This record gives sequence, structure tokens and C-alpha cells, in this order.
Amino acid sequence: MHARTKFLGAAILVVGTVGYLMATGIKDTGMYFLTPSELAARVAADPSFRNVGVKMGARVVHGSIQRDVASQTITFHVTDGQHTFPVVYRGLAPDTFTDDVDVVVEGRLLTDGTFRATTLLAKCGSRYESVPRA
Amino acid sequence: MTVLGQIALWLALLIAGWGVVTGLRGVSGRRPDLIRSARRSVFALAGLLTVAAVSLITALLRRDFNVAYVATYTSRSLPPVYTISAFYGGQAGSLLFWAFVLSLFAAAAQWLTPRRYEALMPHVAAVTSGVTLFFVSVTLFASNPFDRLPFTPADGQGLNPQLQNPGMVVHPPLLYLGYISITVPFAFAVAALLSRRLDTGWLHAIRRWTLLSWTLLSVGITLGMWWAYVELGWGGYWAWDPVENASFLPWLTMTAFLHSVMIQEKRGMLKRWNMILITLSFVLSIFGTFITRSGIISSVHSFTQSNVGYFFLAFLVFIILGLAALLWSRLPLLETEARLESALSRESSFFFNNLLLVGMAFSILWGTLFPILSEWVRGTKVTVGPPFFNQVNIPIGLALLALTGIGPLIAWRRASPQNLKRQFAGPAAAGLITAVLLLALRFGDMYAGVAVALAAFVVATVVQEFYRGVGARHRLHGEGYALAFVRLVGRNRRRYGGYIVHLGIVTYFVAFAGMAFKTEMEASLKPGESTVMRSPYGHTYTFTHLGVSQYDRLNRWVTAATVEVSRDGKRLGVMKSEKRQHFTCTVNMSPCPAQLRRQSFEPSTEAGIRSDLREDLYIVFAGSVAGTEEAVYRFTLNPLVWWVWYGGVILVVGGVVVMWPGTGPTPASRRRAMAGYQVELVGSGRNA
Repeated sequence: MHARTKFLGAAILVVGTVGYLMATGIKDTGMYFLTPSELAARVAADPSFRNVGVKMGARVVHGSIQRDVASQTITFHVTDGQHTFPVVYRGLAPDTFTDDVDVVVEGRLLTDGTFRATTLLAKCGSRYESVPRA
Repeated sequence: MTVLGQIALWLALLIAGWGVVTGLRGVSGRRPDLIRSARRSVFALAGLLTVAAVSLITALLRRDFNVAYVATYTSRSLPPVYTISAFYGGQAGSLLFWAFVLSLFAAAAQWLTPRRYEALMPHVAAVTSGVTLFFVSVTLFASNPFDRLPFTPADGQGLNPQLQNPGMVVHPPLLYLGYISITVPFAFAVAALLSRRLDTGWLHAIRRWTLLSWTLLSVGITLGMWWAYVELGWGGYWAWDPVENASFLPWLTMTAFLHSVMIQEKRGMLKRWNMILITLSFVLSIFGTFITRSGIISSVHSFTQSNVGYFFLAFLVFIILGLAALLWSRLPLLETEARLESALSRESSFFFNNLLLVGMAFSILWGTLFPILSEWVRGTKVTVGPPFFNQVNIPIGLALLALTGIGPLIAWRRASPQNLKRQFAGPAAAGLITAVLLLALRFGDMYAGVAVALAAFVVATVVQEFYRGVGARHRLHGEGYALAFVRLVGRNRRRYGGYIVHLGIVTYFVAFAGMAFKTEMEASLKPGESTVMRSPYGHTYTFTHLGVSQYDRLNRWVTAATVEVSRDGKRLGVMKSEKRQHFTCTVNMSPCPAQLRRQSFEPSTEAGIRSDLREDLYIVFAGSVAGTEEAVYRFTLNPLVWWVWYGGVILVVGGVVVMWPGTGPTPASRRRAMAGYQVELVGSGRNA
């Protein structure tokens, strides 16, 4: 029985550590994933929410993309149909980033209402299939 | 031709159903005729699904654009090899591919399993036919590659350019083969439960199968990493994307299973746990397909959303509930035969290995599903990204790495202080010396440093084992060292093959540690301008932009940017990165006249990669500034990337050594005959 108890003790320690790592991992790195409307509602309810980094999933407004290659800055608008936010992103955009695609931007909302993105993920309808073009 | 395929699918549906019924009924009703029929229906299924597969490939190669699947995934300008790979490039085809390969595996299992396991085979036939039945039904009722269009387009839409890569020809089928082959060990497990033959017989029958699926999964995942690295252009090979995670989960549980079955074989422990692990592996392989096909989790890898997801969900629920009930009813037959005697023993180290592997799988599953879970519970989606997975998995991974060295060497039952000293004094010293050296060199990353020190420890354990084994043979049999080495490995393939696999795993870990030193910079350069970058090894790289050129290829417009690279002032050569815009042709002409080209897909990027053993230069051309030849680049230095691919090769070599036909499961008589040999070795001072 002694060996079993020792083993169980160690096992509980292992499971506890994994659990602890997971809990702190989610606390430290978890990020709200919001639509533009949800973000607008949150910020309206609590202005300090601006300081919280969030991910926003929305669609790129057609024709809104402006690329400044020299400074590697991209500005565009995203919308979910109800709320629209201007987004500023500095860096290289993925190949799939273009008008009307769904994007996920990660960053925070500035006081002037612009969303400053630190990462930009774009998603085509399906990476494995051609997007039918109108 | 597609009519033939369609008919074959319908017949396969009937035969698969028949296989399930006869397999189960044949045993319960003691009807040898039905048992024979079940076995035959497995072979018939393989034949029918081969017909279906061949007819789809024929339609693809004949560019029969009236077939929706062919029109969606191929085009006239698509090279033939990618035309064939389009078989599994799309959803409907991949489902057919799954059913087809499963039927071949099922037939191989019936064909190759030795007669002494005959009693299990009818149930195995029933289970494999049942799973085939599911895949054939999904193909027929939800996503049929033989569906026709009401009209015939002049050209197809073509295959996504990112899939037009040699890695993508072999990565999906190998990963699928890995997923699919789990069905065979799973079928044996269920057969053992159904027939109440719960001795170690079924474990012996599936040894090779388990290892085969594990090796295939490993290779499939590694090739996926390679593909992501060369094709996606973000400069890494693993991003903790849901789809990557989904492929990693069954690998983890299969790894746990491979280890824990040894405990059951030797000591009669962990019987229930093993049943759970193999079931879990199978469920996770289906689950992986479910989350990629259903789109319930947003991923950059999303596939077409369709009702296929519901089929998978229903199937998953059915399997989990069915297996839980079956396992519950057989619990009394799965009593453990031994108790843990010491916390310092082989058994205990394998328990920890299992705990950590399953813990890792659980944390990855949790992180992957967290957006859904948090939305259910709290109403807001919360996502976790790579930091979460790294934070949780790096410590677990390091603990596993340590166990990779400890597990194979520690004594069964109870490790004595002498055993510990004899086995671990040398390797522990090797690990410590490495750690001290790294500290002296001011190695920059704690986790990476620990990984390298542990890697040294594990390598030392393996070297010590080979050294002692070869030495013992040399002394006892007077063999030369080379012959002794070959015979040592050849006659204990499972053990020494296993060590080779462990060396492969260590190589992966070293590669991952290297990635801690990845460096990256972006620069906008006019022709002739250069930028300078320091590598983690202290070299100075100079990148000089040469220019941008534009030209056409078979099915794409290419904009290529070239840079000249030199290291510490010495010219290394020229590297090129391309932006590609693929097109399809509206008429059947080659080359396609410019005015008839139609742009297809998003533009894609070809990274320029220059590799050596120590680091990769990885350059991405992001675009040119306002039509001039000024180009924006991202330069990345990735240390030790090739070690990942080498690790894969070593791992496969080890896997093949273990699987090589010959010393199969040892029946009692042979085991007794071998006992003398083992005593000999123990007598020579070696730990058997």
C-alpha cells in the first residue's frame, strides 16, 4: 500500500500541476473574442475595457483597404453589419487578406475609436477550395 | 465510369451492413457459415471500394468536368500528380479515400492475422465493417464525389495553389493512413470485449498495427509541419492551430497506449486503462475529422461547412456511449493482476508517462475547445493562443523527455539503489555536464537549456544501452562489434528499435529548443540596398536586394524578388521569394492566351529557404512598393529546423526496426527457449 500511496501522491501532484498550468495559462493568455457590436457594447458599458487586449472577428469592408507599403501600414474598416471600426495594422498581411474576407484582428481599441491591431489573421472561405468569384 | 463508382458505393453500403450483422450473429449463434460470410464480406468491401476509388481517379484524370468534384478541384492546367492528389484534396473525395483505405486495412487484418487469434476475427470484421458502413453512408448521403452537374463547365476551378506542393501530395494521405489504421487495433479491442477474450492475445495480435498507425501518424504530422513551413510563409512549422492540434491528440493517446500495453503484457496491470486509451485514440481520430469538417471551431484551416459534421457528431456519440456500456459490462473481467510495488519502478515511470501524455492531450483539447466552452458557460467567447499551449506543454514535454531516459532503464517492480546507480550515474553526469556548459556559455533560454541538457541525458542512456549490449555479445559470443551490434538490434528489435525511436524524439526536442532563438526582421529595400541581421550563432548576415522580375508559368503569374546573401562578408548565394497569382484558362489551350486567363484563388507566397544543419534562412517577399522595384521583405533565421525532419527520419527507422517481420509475438514455448538466453545476459551483468 505504501508504494501506491506514494505513487498516488506524486500523481496528484502531477495532475495538480497540469491543472494549475492550464488555469494560469488561460488567465494569462485568454483573450475575449468579440464581434464589433459586442466590443462597442462592452466599451460603452465600461470605458476601461479599452485597455484590455481583445480579438475581434469581422468582415473587411469592401474597398476600404489602404496599403502603405513603405511604412508597411495597412488601414481598413471591419464590420459585422451593425458596427464598423477602422483598423490600423502594421506588418505583413497574409495572402488571403483582401476585400470582404473574414478577419480576426488582435489588439486594442484606441480612444479615437480606431482599433490598433498587432496581429491580423484572414480566412478565405475555405483554404482547400476555390472561392467562387462573383 | 462514375456510374460504376456509384454502383460500387451502394453495393459497399449493403455489404458493410451484412458484414456487421454476420460478424456479430455468426459468433452469438455459433454459425460457421455466417462467420465465413463476414470474413468474405470484408474482402468484398475492399474490392468494391477499390472500384469506387479507381473510378473517381479515372474521372479526375479524364478531366470529366461534368462531375462536380472534378470541376471543383482540378483544371486543365493542373499537373497530373496534383490531379490525382485532388482525390483526397476535397471533402467528398477524402471521405471516399477514408472508406477505401479502411477497407484495405480491414482486409489486411483478416488476411495477415495469424490463425491463433481466429476467435477474435468475426468481431473484428463486424467492427471494421461498421466503421466502413459509416464512411460509405456519409459519402453517399452527405458528400458524394460522383454527383454530377447539370452542365459541363469548360474548365475546372483548379486546386488551391497552396496544395500544389509535393508535401501536400503525401502529407494528407499519410495522416489519413495513420488515423484510419487506428481502427484496426480499436476493432481488436472491441472484439476482445465482445468475445470476452480479454487475455493478452488481442494485444499481441495488434502490436504491429499499433506501431504502424503510430508511425504513420508521426510521419503525417511531421510532413504537415514541413508543408506549413515551406508553403504558408509565416516562418514556423507549428502554430497550435485547431487542425494541427486535432492531429496531435490521437498521436498523444497512441503514444500512451504503446507504452501502457507493455505494462499489461508484462504485469497484467492497466487493463481497463488500455481499453480506454485505444478507444480514446479512435474517438479522437474521428473527432479530428469532425472538427475540421464541421467548422465548429474557427481555424485558418477551415474547410467547407456542411452537414457532414452532424453525421460525425452522431457517430461519435454512438461510439462513446456504446463503448462505455460495453466496457462497464466487462469490468469484472478486467481486474488487474498485480499491484504497484514501488514508486521507483518501471511500472511507475510508465504510469507517469501515461499521465503526462494524457494530461497533455487533455490540455490541448481544452485549449482547442475553450472558445466553445467559454461561450456556453459565460456567454462570451474567450480564445487561447500559442502562449497558452506553450506555457502548459513545454513543462509537460520536458518531464516526458526526462522519462524517455528513465523509463526504459529503471528496473521492473522495484528499483534498488544499485540499479539506479548502475543505470543512471553516467547519463545523469552527461546531463549535468551539459547543463553546466550551457550555463557557462550564457545560454539564453531556460526551457531550451533544460531541453538540451535532458536530451544529453536521454542520448547517454541510449548510448549506454547499446554499448553494454554490444559489449555483452562481444564477450559472450566472441562476435566482432559490428556483427554484435546488428545481432543485438536484430534479436531484440522491439527494445532497440524503441531506443532508436526515442533518439528521434530527442532530435525533435532539440529542434524545438532551437526555435526559442528564432529571430525575425522586416525591411523595405530598393534595388542594391542591403540590410544586416545577426544570427543566434553570432554570424552577421547581409541581404542585398537585387530586383523584382515578373514572368508567367504554366498556370500562374509570378512576381519574384531576389536577394543576395552573404555571411560574415562571404557570399553564400542568391535567394528568391515569389508572389504567385494562379489562373485558369477558359478554353482548352496550352499555353493559355493572355486574354482568356481567369484569375483563380488568392495570391500565394513562395518563401525562399536556405537550410543547413544549424539554421535556416527564410525570406518572404511581401510585395513591392507602388509598382517600383522597391521590395518589402521579411527575413527570418530559424535555428535547427532540419532537426525536425531528421528526427522524423530517425523515428521512422526505429519504427521499421520494431515492426520488421520475424520475431512476432512470442508463444510460451519460444519464450521458455529464450529464457536461457536472457539468463545468460543477466549473468553477464546486464539488466534484462
